[in-house]
Amino acid sequence: MSGGSGGKPMHVPDAPHRPGDEAGFTEWPWSPGDLGRPGTDCQASETLDLAEGLVRVLGDDNKSSGEWDPKLTSEEMLMGLEHMMRLRIFDDRMMKMQRTGKLSFYMRSLGEEAVAIAQTMALEEQDWLFPTYRQPGAQFVRGRDMVSMICHCIGNEMDNVKGRQMPVHYTYREGRFISVSSPVGTQFSQAVGVALASDYKNLDEVTITWIGDGASAEGDYHYALNFASIFQAPVILNVVNNQWAISTHQNFASKNGNFAVRGIPYGIPSIRVDGNDFLALYSVTSWARERASQGLGPTHIEVLTYRAGAHSSSDDPSRYRPSDVHSYWPGGDPIERLRDHLKEIGKWSDELQKELSERIDSEVMAAYKEAVKFGDLANGPYPSSDAIFTEVYEEPPWHLMEQWEEMKKWRDE
Amino acid sequence: MPNMNIVESVNSALDTMLSRDNDVIIFGEDVGYFGGVFRTSDGLQDKHGKHRVFDSPLSEGGIAATAFGMGINGLRPVVEIQFADYIFPAYDQIVNEMAKIRHRSGGEFWCPVTIRTPAGGGIRGGHHHSQSPEAQFTHTPGLKVVYCSTPYNAKGLLISAIEDNDPVIFFEPKRCYRGPFYGDPHNVPTWSGHPEAEVPDSHFKIPLGEARLAMEGDQCTVISWGAMVHVCEQAIKNSGISCDLIDLQTLVPWDREAVVKSIEKTGKCVIVHEAPKTSGFGAEMIASIQERCFWSLESPIERVTGWDTPFPHTTEWDYMPGPDRVAAAIAKTQEE
Ligand SMILES: Cc1ncc(C[n+]2csc(CCOP(=O)(O)OP(=O)(O)O)c2C)c(N)n1
Ligand SMILES: [Mg+2]
Repeated sequence: MSGGSGGKPMHVPDAPHRPGDEAGFTEWPWSPGDLGRPGTDCQASETLDLAEGLVRVLGDDNKSSGEWDPKLTSEEMLMGLEHMMRLRIFDDRMMKMQRTGKLSFYMRSLGEEAVAIAQTMALEEQDWLFPTYRQPGAQFVRGRDMVSMICHCIGNEMDNVKGRQMPVHYTYREGRFISVSSPVGTQFSQAVGVALASDYKNLDEVTITWIGDGASAEGDYHYALNFASIFQAPVILNVVNNQWAISTHQNFASKNGNFAVRGIPYGIPSIRVDGNDFLALYSVTSWARERASQGLGPTHIEVLTYRAGAHSSSDDPSRYRPSDVHSYWPGGDPIERLRDHLKEIGKWSDELQKELSERIDSEVMAAYKEAVKFGDLANGPYPSSDAIFTEVYEEPPWHLMEQWEEMKKWRDE
Repeated sequence: MPNMNIVESVNSALDTMLSRDNDVIIFGEDVGYFGGVFRTSDGLQDKHGKHRVFDSPLSEGGIAATAFGMGINGLRPVVEIQFADYIFPAYDQIVNEMAKIRHRSGGEFWCPVTIRTPAGGGIRGGHHHSQSPEAQFTHTPGLKVVYCSTPYNAKGLLISAIEDNDPVIFFEPKRCYRGPFYGDPHNVPTWSGHPEAEVPDSHFKIPLGEARLAMEGDQCTVISWGAMVHVCEQAIKNSGISCDLIDLQTLVPWDREAVVKSIEKTGKCVIVHEAPKTSGFGAEMIASIQERCFWSLESPIERVTGWDTPFPHTTEWDYMPGPDRVAAAIAKTQEE
């Protein structure tokens, strides 16, 4: 005997493809209509096929089908399409700002626009959203003014978090969109507490939260599943498996490449859904909301998607994956898929698409121009640095008052 | 000798130790194939093999616990926490486990782990990419705490940390990775041509527990660590006052002898750190200094620190101590 690994070096996974390799994915064996929509009172064990399979509604023929078809009106779908396009165009503008020094940093949702938008549209307006930096699109659904989003990203005078947090760390209480925190995963278990508070107060409020494939390796992910199932919290727990955590492939987070099934041994009904299929996402989320509001407890969802862009403006993915890899993703592009479906059912056309795109372009441009009136990163004006000292506590204690005076002395000199 | 920045000298220290000692193993988030988000392990997986330099799941608690297990079973893990702000999920493993295993097992087990982590502000990182949490570790018996400041001391200290048989928390000032930081965000020098950027390719050590005298003078003793060492250098030049500048390098155990010797000469002292003031490591030093040097002190010890608030994003220059604040503190020690 030569050792525990039979003489071989310790096992360390490999990403499926690296720069220079040919990119590609095996074709998906799953089609719309494969999987039934069980009653909301089903047991966790009855969802095994849903967790091992993939819920899809939009087929390669651009038609919708199967028990999971949410049968949305064309107005609802057009609203979804518009919000996804708004997010993509907004992200492009923000990236340009970052590249020209007008923002310190940025993170796009490229390729994942459907996730927060479809899921938030499937909820009620009293429901709480506890996002990561990859779900800013939910704010459009909740009606947030784009100017205030840009002001936050710049960190200028109108930033509602007063220049304290990095860009994309939005807070929007009015839309029940809870403050984004940098340490990944923390929101996942906190969301269970938010949900239990609603439950305690006997309110018909559901909480939805998201975590990345990478961050699902943090303890918070497991705390959330256990607490949610023990206390039957009205919470929707989503793992957004976009295949990457910066340069680290999801096969460092899950040995078998499936996150959904993990909910089942915790006793939580679990589903895997095509994250680039707007209708499937909407439908699965409605089902989970129904369960929660009927007092049937949490639902665990793996959202299968692909991070089409860089992790952030500081990242260069061509160092660790083939640069065209996302174009091979079997789930395609969420915006194109919903657009093509709307065309297929005769509710949309290339001209209308072009018009909408131009309208959003000018909306984003106008918002950008308005936002920089309140200051840009290079030249200010910035929020007053008094904001360093406020809201650390409800009332600043004496030692902060003293240091605040000292700071002012240096600042105003 | 080659000219290196801190990214390169850390890389060189890791490379040196991987080559010398088969028990050295390196892992952390994005450190393997990619070579780390700050590039400190660039090329090391290719050179030393995937089972010696590898990516880990995104779990600081898991990284620390696994390193602990490997450490007590004969390996010498060097792990990276991507930002010091993200060390807290690992805090229990570090504070309750690594720091106490030698003692709690009656010396039967020990844990020669090095935890490297970029710390400090000045990169527009906001709350969670800027903190300098050294005091949260200096307060834990059983840990050694090191804070490098230049390419030369980064390599020499890191090799000592790796060869040390106790757990070491090794802070790297991220603002200085590619150049010294003199407190002016608009002036971004590189390490090129700096005397401290001459770093031997080969194995060398700077002993843990020894401070570095970065400048020599006789009117005041200025003590600092990490990025603030360079801010102090600028402040001393601006002040026109002749100062000893002590770069502490190791915080636990710290070089009390060097500090006492200098204060006995100057009779004045300023301590500078970017971490918050309350319970900062400066407080510990002041207490010790007054025990040892009370009769040599000619004026109260001054402290220049970050405020007792979270680290801001857009207004970080109103948070970080700059040369003006430090120079004013030096001048204050000279008042009759
Ligand atoms: C606790 C903690 N550790 C490390 C980081 C640094 N970091 C930021 S994002 C990220 C990768 C996250 O990947 P994933 O969870 O898959 O989310 P994605 O970015 O793909 O949406 C890492 C390592 C962090 N923010 N917080
Ligand atoms: Mg991911």
